[in-house]
Amino acid sequence: MSEQQTNMNPQGGMQGGQPGQPMPKRKSFLKRYGTFFILLAVGVAAGLIFPSIGQKALSNTLDNFKEMLSVLPPIFILLGLLDVWVDRTTMMKYTGKGSGIKGALIAFLLGSAAAGPLYAAFPFAAVMIKKGSSLMNVLIFIGAWSTTKIPLLAFEAASMGPVFMAARLGLNLIGIPLIAYLTDKSLGKAQIDEIYTLNDAERPQA
Amino acid sequence: MFTYILYGLAVVGLAVSFFKDRQKTRAALIKAWKAFENILPQLLMIFLIIGFALAIFPPETIQKVLGSGSGFWGVLAAAAIGSVTLMPGFVAFPLAAALLKSGAGYMQMAAFISTLMMVGVVTIPIERKTFGLRATLTRNGAALLFSIAVAVVMGVVMA
Repeated sequence: MSEQQTNMNPQGGMQGGQPGQPMPKRKSFLKRYGTFFILLAVGVAAGLIFPSIGQKALSNTLDNFKEMLSVLPPIFILLGLLDVWVDRTTMMKYTGKGSGIKGALIAFLLGSAAAGPLYAAFPFAAVMIKKGSSLMNVLIFIGAWSTTKIPLLAFEAASMGPVFMAARLGLNLIGIPLIAYLTDKSLGKAQIDEIYTLNDAERPQA
Repeated sequence: MFTYILYGLAVVGLAVSFFKDRQKTRAALIKAWKAFENILPQLLMIFLIIGFALAIFPPETIQKVLGSGSGFWGVLAAAAIGSVTLMPGFVAFPLAAALLKSGAGYMQMAAFISTLMMVGVVTIPIERKTFGLRATLTRNGAALLFSIAVAVVMGVVMA
């Protein structure tokens, strides 16, 4: 993102940064949230007509909303700090192409140390891609985040039993790299280019 | 509990960052907000849709479909339900445990939990913003097949 560079070294802004283009094609508020407000109106109407369903729907929605509000702030703050303080060379060295098993392990531990729903992992993954992590490692990170999060494992053992948790964990240790590998291999050059473009990342020299 | 550790990390990180460089800290916070706000519209819609879906098909209905006698069809149904639902872990595990007590099978619950965590049909619009459509579909498809395999193995392990 170009505004990051101007922010990071403000004195460099004069020699040719493009100060006037922070967000390339930002849609208007109404365009982005319009569908949500329509849905909300429909939901409220339905809730008034069928109060019992409406009440349950409200409490379900609030459950997810509460989780979002309680878990997401530190995740996104850490994401911001990561983006600003960890430079591309470091990220590439530890999790980029050629970082080998160690890189995969770092990605796995990063994902497992997370808390919070999977949808919060994608913006995080975006920063990793931008900073030069290999796609394979980013996908391992996603896999670990989705299903081997340490706090959730404890919770799983408590509610489903330790055998259930351990057996599933064992299978996931095989499944996560497998899924990452298959996904990585399924991508052609066009799709890989698309991913780099989506995340404002430089293409690694092949 | 773990959330508090994350909060601690974020606060310490912010403090260190602030003392080292206020400009960068400000940039980090702006980035944090932008990354969040970028997925917010989809997220709000997903919450609403899922809230209603789970209100219309409550756990009692799910229970009937996923009993331990439901066999492989039950596994497929559980995988389908897990794939299209989104619920916080603190809701999902107690629900699975309750379903188990009221007659759902381990195989079906493994399919449900595994897909719930790994496969996200409703979050595809968010995922593809980072990974593009092809990688998103491949990852979710592979995770779905893997979850079904996990369920079968778990059915054997827990038998």
